[in-house]
Amino acid sequence: MTATRGHLISISINGRPTEFAVEPNLSLLELLRTDGGSPEVKLGCGEGVCGTCTVLLDGEPVNACLVWAVQADGCEITTVRGLAAEGELHDLQNAFLDHAGSQCGFCTPGMLLTVKWYLDRHPAADREELRHAIAGNLCRCTGYTKILDAIEAYRDLRLKDGDGH
Amino acid sequence: MYAAAFDYVRASSWSEAVAQLAELGEDAHVIAGGQSLVPMMMLHFAAPSALIDIGGVDERTIELRDDGTLVLSALVRHADLEHSDVVAERVPMLTQAVRQIGNVRVRHRGTIGGSLAHGEPAAELPCVLIAHGASVHTLGPEGARTIAVNDLPVMQLMTALHEGELITRVEIPTLTDGQGSCFIEMARRPGDFAMVNAAALVTCDDSGTCTAVRLVLGAVGNRPVDVSPEAQELVGHTIDDANSEAVAGAIAAGAEVIPSSHAGIEYRREMAGVQLARALRGASEDARRRRSGEAVTV
Repeated sequence: MTATRGHLISISINGRPTEFAVEPNLSLLELLRTDGGSPEVKLGCGEGVCGTCTVLLDGEPVNACLVWAVQADGCEITTVRGLAAEGELHDLQNAFLDHAGSQCGFCTPGMLLTVKWYLDRHPAADREELRHAIAGNLCRCTGYTKILDAIEAYRDLRLKDGDGH
Repeated sequence: MYAAAFDYVRASSWSEAVAQLAELGEDAHVIAGGQSLVPMMMLHFAAPSALIDIGGVDERTIELRDDGTLVLSALVRHADLEHSDVVAERVPMLTQAVRQIGNVRVRHRGTIGGSLAHGEPAAELPCVLIAHGASVHTLGPEGARTIAVNDLPVMQLMTALHEGELITRVEIPTLTDGQGSCFIEMARRPGDFAMVNAAALVTCDDSGTCTAVRLVLGAVGNRPVDVSPEAQELVGHTIDDANSEAVAGAIAAGAEVIPSSHAGIEYRREMAGVQLARALRGASEDARRRRSGEAVTV
C-alpha cells in the first residue's frame, strides 16, 4: 500500500465522462467549478449547511462541498445543467419562473435538484412534506412561499401528465 | 475553503482498514460518509495526515435476525434507515430520529457507525440505541469486541473506542409485544443541532399499566444519559400527564446541562422536562395503539 497525493480519477458530469488529476483535499465542489467546467454549481457556506452546492451523485443528493473529489471516482454527477437539454428549460425551471420562485437565483440550482430528486421518489408529496424536503436549502430572498408554490405547480403538472418530467 | 493537505487511501475490508490505520499512525483518520469530519477539516478543527476511506468495505445491509435483533452494517446511511420498512416496523424511533438528522444531503452520506464514533452529544441515534439496549461490534488492533452503546460516549467528541478501533456493526433488540416508543427532538431550526433529545421505550400490559420503562435524555449534557433508573416509579401505573411530568421534572432538575449557543441552561433544563414527559406519554400511547391493533404512523 502506498499513499500518494496525486490521484487520477474518472467522473461523469451530466453524462460526459472525464478524467482528472486531483489532490485529496480538493472538494468535489471545487473540482466541478474549476476543471469540471460546471460553475453552475454554487459555493454557499462550504460546510454543509446551506444546500446551495447540491448535486446528484449516482442519483442521490449530496453537498458537493462535503465530498472529496477523490471519493467520487467512478461516480456519475448531475448538476442543474443536466436537468434539461442544452438551450431548453426543464418543467420545474419553468414553474420557478412562472411563480417567481427564484429572485437572486443563487440557491436555485440546489433547490431544483433537491426537488427533482424528491418528487421522483414521492410524486404526490404534500406541501408539508415538500417543506421538509427543502428544509436544508437556504434561500435568503423569497421567504420560501413562492418556491413552494412553484414546486406544487410542477408536482401537479407531473401528476396530470403522468410521466416523468 | 480548503482543508490542509492529506494522503488518501481506500480500504477494501475492515481488517485492511485497521491495518492501514496502524501503519499510517495516530494522525490518520477513517472516513465513511464524512458529514461531520469534512466540515471539521474545512474549518480546520481537524487536520488528519491521511484519510482511510472505508466507504466501500461492506454492503449497507439491514437485516432482521430470527431472534428479533436488527443487525446493521456500520456503513448503513441515515437515508437507508429513513426509507427502510423493517426499521419503521421494528425500531420506529430510529425512523423518527433519522428524519431529523441534518438534511437530505447529509442523510445520503452520513452513516450510523460514523455518527456513533463521532461522539456528538446532540446526536439523535445514540439516544434511540441506548433506549433499545443496542450494542456495537468493533474491530481494532487487539481484535474484535462488543460494546454497549450506552458505554460508548464519554464526552463531547470522545468515545470509549480505542486507538485504531472501528465500529463494524450495530445490533438492536427490536420492539416486542406490549411495547411502544417515542423519540422527540427539539431544535431551533429543522436539521440544526438538538437542544433536547428524548427517547422513551415503555412496556404496558393489556390494561395499559406500565410494566417496564426505558428513558434517555440527550443533547443537554456532555453525553446522552440513560435516566431509566429515575423513571421506575412509573412501573405499576398508567402513564398520564401528572406522573410523566413529575418523573420528567425531577430528572430535568437533576440533569447535567452544559452551556450552548442555542439556549440558556435554565431554558434547556425546563425543556428537557417537557420533552421527556412528552416522550413518555407518546410511548405509552404508541403501546396502546399497537396493543389495540390501530394503525400506527411512524
